[in-house]
Formats: sequence, C-alpha cells, structure tokens
Amino acid sequence: MSTLLEVRDLHTSFFTDAGEVKAVNGVSFFLDRGKVLGIVGESGSGKSVTAYSIMQILAGTGKIVSGSIKLDGQELVGAGESVMRTVRGNKVSIIFQDPMTSLNPTYTIGKQLMEAILLHTDRNRKQAWDRAVEMLRLVNVNEPEKRMKQYPFEFSGGMRQRVMIAMALACEPDILIADEPTTALDVTIQAQILELMKSLQEELGMAIIMITHDLGVVAQMCDEVIVMYAGSICEQGTADEIFYNPRHEYTKGLMRSIPTVHTAGTKLKPITGTPIDLLNMPAGCPFASRCDNAMKICLRSRCESMVINADHKSGCWMNVKAGVEDGSITVDISEEGGEAQ
Amino acid sequence: MTENMTAERPLIDVRDLKEYFDINVGLFHTKPLKAVDGVSFSIKKGETLGLVGESGCGKTTVGRTILHLYKPTGGEIWYNGKKLESKEDIKAFRKKATMVFQDPYSSLNPRMTVSDIIGEPLDIHGMYSNKKEREERILELMGHVGLNSEHASRYAHEFSGGQRQRIGIARSLAVEPDFIVCDEPVSALDVSIQAQVINMFDELQEQLGLTYLFIAHDLLVVRHISDRIAVMYLGKMVELADAAEIYDHPLHPYSKSLLSAVPVPDPKEARANKRIVLTGDIPSPLNAPSGCPFRTRCAYACDRCAESMPPFEEVSKGHFVACHRTAEVN
Repeated sequence: MSTLLEVRDLHTSFFTDAGEVKAVNGVSFFLDRGKVLGIVGESGSGKSVTAYSIMQILAGTGKIVSGSIKLDGQELVGAGESVMRTVRGNKVSIIFQDPMTSLNPTYTIGKQLMEAILLHTDRNRKQAWDRAVEMLRLVNVNEPEKRMKQYPFEFSGGMRQRVMIAMALACEPDILIADEPTTALDVTIQAQILELMKSLQEELGMAIIMITHDLGVVAQMCDEVIVMYAGSICEQGTADEIFYNPRHEYTKGLMRSIPTVHTAGTKLKPITGTPIDLLNMPAGCPFASRCDNAMKICLRSRCESMVINADHKSGCWMNVKAGVEDGSITVDISEEGGEAQ
Repeated sequence: MTENMTAERPLIDVRDLKEYFDINVGLFHTKPLKAVDGVSFSIKKGETLGLVGESGCGKTTVGRTILHLYKPTGGEIWYNGKKLESKEDIKAFRKKATMVFQDPYSSLNPRMTVSDIIGEPLDIHGMYSNKKEREERILELMGHVGLNSEHASRYAHEFSGGQRQRIGIARSLAVEPDFIVCDEPVSALDVSIQAQVINMFDELQEQLGLTYLFIAHDLLVVRHISDRIAVMYLGKMVELADAAEIYDHPLHPYSKSLLSAVPVPDPKEARANKRIVLTGDIPSPLNAPSGCPFRTRCAYACDRCAESMPPFEEVSKGHFVACHRTAEVN
C-alpha cells in the first residue's frame, strides 16, 4: 500500500508571552491509503496540534518550526497559503469535537454544505445542491431536501456531527482528520457516528486520523495507534500491539488506570502526579517524573524511538534495560542505546 | 428505635419523585417539561448507587431535586426514616447531604482562596467555635483529599482540573455528610487523573462510611464504582439492579443497547462485540411519546407500548425493570 501522508520530525511551537511552548516536539509517522490511524493522549499532549499542523490551521501564535509534512509526495511545510487552500477541504478534511459550535448559526445547512463543493469543484449551483443532498443521504440524514433549508439550531448534536461529516466528505478527501468527533455526544449517538465513519471509510477508501483520549474508541476504530505525551510520541504500532503488548511505561500506566468490566470491586492503579508544564520541559523523558520505574538515564536523556518489531516502535529506556538483562542488547558504556529486540 | 431497624432502613428513600419545569411556548403559554416523572428508589447506608442515562434523561435533575436545589413538583424524599417536609428538615438534611459537581472549572469561585472555599460550608452551618478550630478543620479536610497545607492560601485557577475536583470534594466533605450526590465528578478529567479521583471516592467511602449517588454517562466508570445501577430514559427509570447483574443480564431493550454501545478498550473484544445501534435521537422531553418513552427507538415496540407506561416491577430479586415485553424480549 502506498504512503499517503509522511510526517517527519515535526516541531510546532506556540510563542506566548510566557515563552515558547513546544506543543509538538519531533513527531514522525506515516499514513497509508485507506488506513485508520488513532492518536491518543491527554489534554496538552499535542495530538490536536499535530493535526492542525497538517492542515496549517494553527492559532495566531502557533508556528511550524521545523520538519516535513508530505502529502502524496508534495511538501506542505512552507508551501504557502494558495497551495494549502487546494489541500484543505479537498484532499484533507477535518471535523471538530464540538458540533454545536462548528456550524455557522446564521446560514442554512444547505448553504454551508454547498460552500466547499462550489469552492473545490467546477460544479454549478444546481449540481452542488444535488451533491449536498446526496451527501446528507449518505450520512443517514432523513428528508435531506427539507433539511438543506434548515438552520443548525434545528438539528440535534448527533445530526450536526453528521452534517459536519457530510461537509468534510463532500469533495472526497484522501484523509479525514477527526478531532474528538464523538466526545461531545451520548454513547448511543457515539455508536451511530462511529459506525457511520467506519462504513464510509470502507466505502470511500479514505484514510482517517482519529484523535481521541478514549481508548475504547481507538480499540473499536483504529488499525494503527500513536500514543502521545507532552508533545512527543511515546509509542506507535498496530492497535493489537499497543493494547496487548504495550512497551512504554506511559502506555502501560494508561492501560492499567482505565476502569473496565473486570476492575469492579478493586482499586484502580492510577498514574501518579500531574501532567508536566510544557513551558518547563525536562531534559530527559517527559514522563519520567510520573513514572514508577524511572531510572537515572530517564532523567538525563530522552530515549529515541526504537524498533520493537515490524509493527511496533517505542521510545522507552525500560526496553533497553529489558534487552540488556536478557542479553539481546550489548551496551557499550561510552555509548548507551541500541536496537531492542 | 432498635438497632435492627436502623440496619434495615435505607438512608435515602425516594418515592415517586416528580420534577416539572415550566417552559415558555409562545407568549403567554407555558408547558410542563417533565424532567423527572415518577422515579422511586432507595439507597442503603454505605452503598453506591450509579445513575446512568443520556443527556436530557433527567439524571442530574434527580440528584439536584433530592438535595432540594429544586423544589420537587411531587413525590417524597425520606432521609433516615424521616420524610423531609419543613424548611428545618431541609436545612438539617443539607448538613448531611452534599454534592460534587461536574465541572471543576466553574464550580469554584475564582475570587476565593481554597481555604475559604472549603470553609464556607463550615461558616454557613456554624460548625466551629473559634478561628483556630476552623483552620484545623480545613487542613484536615485538605489532608483527606490529598492536598497540602501550602495550597490553602491559593486560588482555584492555580490548580489543575484533578486538583480542583479535589477541592470540590473537600468542600462537600466539610459538613461531615452521610450522603453525597456526585454529578459526573470525573468526566471533565484526563484519563490518568480520572483513576486518582475514582480511587479517592472509594477510599473516602471506606474511611468515612459515605453513601453515594453517582451520576455519570461513562458506563465503565459507573460499573467500577457502583454496587447497584439505575438506568434512566426521558425522565423515567427503566431498569435498576445490582451492577454485575445489569451488566451481565440487562433486561430492558434500552439498557441492552446502551451497554452494547460502550466502546470497550480492547481491540479483539471490540471486533467481536455485536453492537445494538439505536436509530434516531432522544425525543424532546417537551413532546415525550405516549406510553413507554423508549418505544420510538425500540425494536420490540408494539401497540401496548404506545397505550400505557409499563410498571416498574421487580422481576427477580432486586432487579427492577419497566417494560411490557420483558418476557418476549429476553
């Protein structure tokens, strides 16, 4: 399968009065056509900023400092606004968390749906109308012709999110970025939307980047998973590898701390402490201060991402420790590190 | 009263609770919005009752009405074997029953220091004889929730979400309550912080013998913390049973779909899981369907469901359900 999106060593910072906030700090990943990639992390981990960097829709003080984002071989960093306008909504679309505020309350649904179609395709108004109706039908909105003339306030939360999806997919993008698309919705509505996204993805063959903090949503939707903490990737791999063979202390902590059907009557094992302040990043691993197994080296230097197996990469010194203990890694004292097996 | 009776008696007994809000429709007309419509349940001392349902189902209103933050439209609330009627009853009850709110950002006054926030209930109920006693009590409460004494003079904005929720919990513990209504106390928190706060609720319950009404929409959190779980839909209670029982053998079609819709954090289980995806949205409580409120989205609905609301019946020991077709569905 061909690589559709290639992000290499992306650094995005916000330049605030208090100093530079390194929101994304050296993120690299690939996304193949037709795959669903999940990015998980807590608030402030940089998962949304990574997505906004791809779209280049960062807030005023935010800037891509360095790195490369290639879409279908085309470099997007430094490409300029005119190029980005052909990318946004056309090749890469985004849906946001809050369907209540992402639609303009003063325009009809139809007008908002047709905007993207008129902008990116050479359809006339009549054809754009038909396409918009077709899209509403695709996302299971009843009576689409009537709904086209209604305003957002006449739609429920789940319906608005359907409209957002219809809008995002109207130009048949290669990539759909979904930033917490179901967080604001109820469970039964969440199930409807996730089901819809999955079936549309199979039908249209697009790739999805699913940004969420909900490991349940990831388990249900994603082929591949990236776990982020404090602006960098802890661990990435296939969903099965991440869930059943986590190789980073943060991921392990996360998996232990979530309540499941089996934890009733027992104590949860939370990750202690609070997330770090992005203005004062430590020299070593950003998770070290909350990690139960932190070693001296974790405080001194950050572990590079290492290959665990073909489907799995992780940046945690614990893997090196395990490797040294079972003899699969030999460490030269002057130069620590190596490939974990 | 004998020792035996106290053990048998529920701490909180809610009987046919109703809470209607008047909503303006047109210029001169109002229409009752039946937020809670005839809900009955009881909670034993030291127990945690989980209350789940989707937004607009009335679960928060139940919590607030029990504490008389809203005046009940109908029904009775009994505390410790005594019906709450007079103003004095309610004031005394509020000393024994408190609330933890969902949003730790808006439920703390930004102009008050932590020690004033926690001290306010003590002031209202006159629970100290001198300033020193007040200080000591505040520090003791902060210790309960894992805050340090140096935090006392700071303002709420200086804290993270998890720590703010701790402040909110300390405030609710100030009056030495028996009963706490926890309204979505962890849903605004990050996953890694959620577990810390959930464990704290557990530990406080063990230490202080608290009774909780735990309202949440995250069913895995509710399953973890609750002894029994009640499911609400459009102002009505549709099912109530032991936590394990309701998870393993849900009887009401709504509970079934609600539970199957929960995303399980396990890829293999998620792939194998057959979800019952409901069609449509919750109807507006202003135009609730006749009979069973769930019938418009229910796969098993029949004529009888439109005619009358099914009674809330005990089908096996401690397992209550309101469905005409329990026998056929299961």
